[in-house]
Amino acid sequence: MIKVDKTAVILCLVTLAWVSLARAAEEDFLQGIAALVVAESYQDKRAAAAVISTSGHARAEAVLNALFEGEVYTTRSDMRLVTAAPTDEGFAIRDAVTDEDLGTVGKRDVSRVSVNNQLRGELRAMLATLKLQHENPRQRIAAILEVGESEDLAMLLTLQQLLATERHEGVRDAIAMASAMLNLDSTEVPERLAAIATVSSNIGGHVRTKLTALTANQSLDEDTRVAARQALIDIERRVTFFDLIQTAFFGLSLGSILVLAAIGLSVTFGIMGVINMAHGELMMLGAYTTYVVQQLMPDAIGASLFVAMPTAFLITALVGVGIERGIVRTLYGRPLETLLATFGVSLFLQQTVRSVFSPLNRSVITPEWMSGSLEITPGLDITLNRLYILLFSLLVFGALLMVLRRTRLGLEMRAVTQNRAMAKAMGVRTDRVDALTFGLGSGIAGLAGVALSQLTNVGPNLGQAYIVDSFMVVVFGGVGSLWGTLVSGLSLGVASKLIEPAAGAVMAKIFVLIFLIVFIQKRPRGLFPQKGRAAEA
Amino acid sequence: MHTYALLKKTLAAAAAATLAMGTAYGQETIKVGILHSLSGTMAISETTLKDTMLMLIAEQNAKGGLLGKKLEAVVVDPASDWPLFAEKARELIEVQKVAAVFGCWTSVSRKSVLPVFEELNSLLFYPVQYEGEESSKNVFYTGAAPNQQAIPAVDYLMNEIGVKRWVLAGTDYVYPRTTNRILEAYLKAKGVAAADIMINYTPFGHSDWQSIIAQIKTFGSAGKKTAVVSTINGDANVPFYKELGNQGISAEDIPVVAFSVGEEELSGIDTAPLVGHLAAWNYFMSIESDVNDAFIKEWLGFIKNPKRVTNDPMEAHYIGFKMWAAAVEKAASTDPKAVQEAIIGVSVPNLTGGVATMMANHHVTKPVFIGEIQDDGQFEVVWQTPSTVVGDAWSDFLPGSRDITADWMPPLSCGNYNVKTGMCSGQNYE
Repeated sequence: MIKVDKTAVILCLVTLAWVSLARAAEEDFLQGIAALVVAESYQDKRAAAAVISTSGHARAEAVLNALFEGEVYTTRSDMRLVTAAPTDEGFAIRDAVTDEDLGTVGKRDVSRVSVNNQLRGELRAMLATLKLQHENPRQRIAAILEVGESEDLAMLLTLQQLLATERHEGVRDAIAMASAMLNLDSTEVPERLAAIATVSSNIGGHVRTKLTALTANQSLDEDTRVAARQALIDIERRVTFFDLIQTAFFGLSLGSILVLAAIGLSVTFGIMGVINMAHGELMMLGAYTTYVVQQLMPDAIGASLFVAMPTAFLITALVGVGIERGIVRTLYGRPLETLLATFGVSLFLQQTVRSVFSPLNRSVITPEWMSGSLEITPGLDITLNRLYILLFSLLVFGALLMVLRRTRLGLEMRAVTQNRAMAKAMGVRTDRVDALTFGLGSGIAGLAGVALSQLTNVGPNLGQAYIVDSFMVVVFGGVGSLWGTLVSGLSLGVASKLIEPAAGAVMAKIFVLIFLIVFIQKRPRGLFPQKGRAAEA
Repeated sequence: MHTYALLKKTLAAAAAATLAMGTAYGQETIKVGILHSLSGTMAISETTLKDTMLMLIAEQNAKGGLLGKKLEAVVVDPASDWPLFAEKARELIEVQKVAAVFGCWTSVSRKSVLPVFEELNSLLFYPVQYEGEESSKNVFYTGAAPNQQAIPAVDYLMNEIGVKRWVLAGTDYVYPRTTNRILEAYLKAKGVAAADIMINYTPFGHSDWQSIIAQIKTFGSAGKKTAVVSTINGDANVPFYKELGNQGISAEDIPVVAFSVGEEELSGIDTAPLVGHLAAWNYFMSIESDVNDAFIKEWLGFIKNPKRVTNDPMEAHYIGFKMWAAAVEKAASTDPKAVQEAIIGVSVPNLTGGVATMMANHHVTKPVFIGEIQDDGQFEVVWQTPSTVVGDAWSDFLPGSRDITADWMPPLSCGNYNVKTGMCSGQNYE
């Protein structure tokens, strides 16, 4: 009997405690919300957000998240805190406390609870503590590392509790790192030293900031300062090494864009010998095709690029065939006239685009899978869009090489360029081959345009920015040599990125041009000169 | 499509103007010249200002015009071609006999028309923020001088955010170079070490920002709060901000404060990765005041497109036009000489709920706002100067111009007066 009574009493007490706790959570939460509604300064808002975050209420995370995203508003009529999503007329609002749907209101009926950078940073830290228990380990790691930067020693205990139950290896490592980062501020010397040893594998900005502060802090013991200095030196060495790798990647990436822009030209200019000043505008058409495709399939931005690629290739190839049949065909062997005529075409294309799409730049959205960067090791990140474009340009290069080497069209192309009269005598329809070659080069320009739309402004002037560089690459590589174009594009990219940090972007450009001028004087046929009889013709 | 509509409107306006010229012989009008590029690279920005002027003139005419006469807009297109600006200015003054001209955007176009306005003694109202180091008898600078935009922005970062390391990034031409020269001198005067200032210039339309952003990232991870002061111009901004986002730099880590990015520039791009970055202006569309609400409403009605935005240079034209109108009424004449004298000291309401006054150095008083970019392409004001700031033609932070002052009131009547030597060097700036 007595035993049963005891259990009942304990049960009763626990329930009571739980109920009162829940009530306290509710009260704190509502108090925080009320404070947020009337908050005038960012300090008031911060205090209100802190109350909400510590209330332990189920809606706390959602409300803080919305505040962080700038989606929290107050209604003007009854000063109620709401979350709002923009609609065509105004906002669809929901009650912040209950998440109850309150319908739509006009733009002027609500006013935003504004946040600034400082408050956003603090909200991020608050959200991190709420996300420490998140089910996704990636989110947990991000939250834990965020806590590590909070400089709040009280969080150490929380981290230790987490460690006790955590099974995921990566998360455990993150907890150790975050604890060490916090322990840099510890008052105990051994703990500080241990922390310095742990963080020396981390080259993030925060750790460097803390370590620099430690080395400069004269009130600390000698051991700590020496250890911190040593750790900093180690970190610096790694950073220098990573910087070198990164510069190399930047150079290859710039080079890959040059290759992509020039490779189409190396077909029309290199193989056919036509100076096509409209090449840049064909790239621009490719970029605009991407824009139009994205407008047509707004719900599938991720896939839009894969639709845009063949579409852009086809459209620009057709335009290219049109240019060849309409204008270039009648001007073979007259390079100056071809140059002027295609320059005219380029102006015509620019103005057409200006009239159809407006002179303003169009915004092409970067798909989710191309945004952000890939972390190879901590401190060495590679931006994804650049990586994909590098791969893409190698792919296009490979495909083009295949077409020239392995297909009948490629064979005929080479035959026509090497000896037009003989090819004709063998029954090759040279005018058809000319049109197709020009179309192929133009189509590749279109593909380059799709890639460029992910990097730069899509506007009527896009092509002009790349045309000079393209000719530069082709001439440097050796007219008519595909491999030359690849090597020269990549090496020019790497060279300008190596010069840039020391001399600046403007000087880098000048140096590269001076080098090219000198080089062409010495070797007028470029890196990979054409050999044999075809070269003399 | 949109430009087409604009173009049509422009043509219609021009046609109307020409027609008016032919028929309105009996009733005299006051002609107002509008010198903004309607084609070429600057058309994106300048067409808006032409429309703003047409709206202001129409509004004034609805109120009965000036001195009992109607105003008549004379629109010319200098086509983003700097020498053509001078030719068109001459045409406006000599052939069309306009009372005043509102126009120009880039500093080089202003420098190009300056001799024309001085030779023919006419009036130019220049509405864009610029690098200073100039004060002409014939030009009224209604945009910000460096001490009304750049210096307060740096003060904000230094005092409110605690920035210790500075990246001054700009496009390689006169405005960024002069502004950065002033800022560098200012920062050094404030005790910032040379090692904590990184200056970087890039060509127009620069699109490969990888290594520069990586450099900024390294520069910013040296243990001190870092900010970027950007005078990057035009098209280069989009790839710049994109690369910032891709390399994972958020506004909380390294904020960027820009002097050339406003509502109009943001309207064409996806602003999600830019949220929290800053801009310094004297006007934001989001500022709540009755005059601003009325102005926005009038603008959207005039341009017949609810998606359009208002921006800082539009406010500068608003202030400049109201000041000119007030000065003409005060002087009871449109004679440039009379207006030049009458306009100094004239005060008109600005759009942010304050008052703008034309000072003796031909610059106006302005409040300075720092705004954070929001995801809807608007700015949220996070800081503002406690009162308006008087535009300073000659920077106090450059060794050459420290001793120079501009005062167009008698007895001085000089735009370039050296206090030390007591010499007035006229328009010979360098």
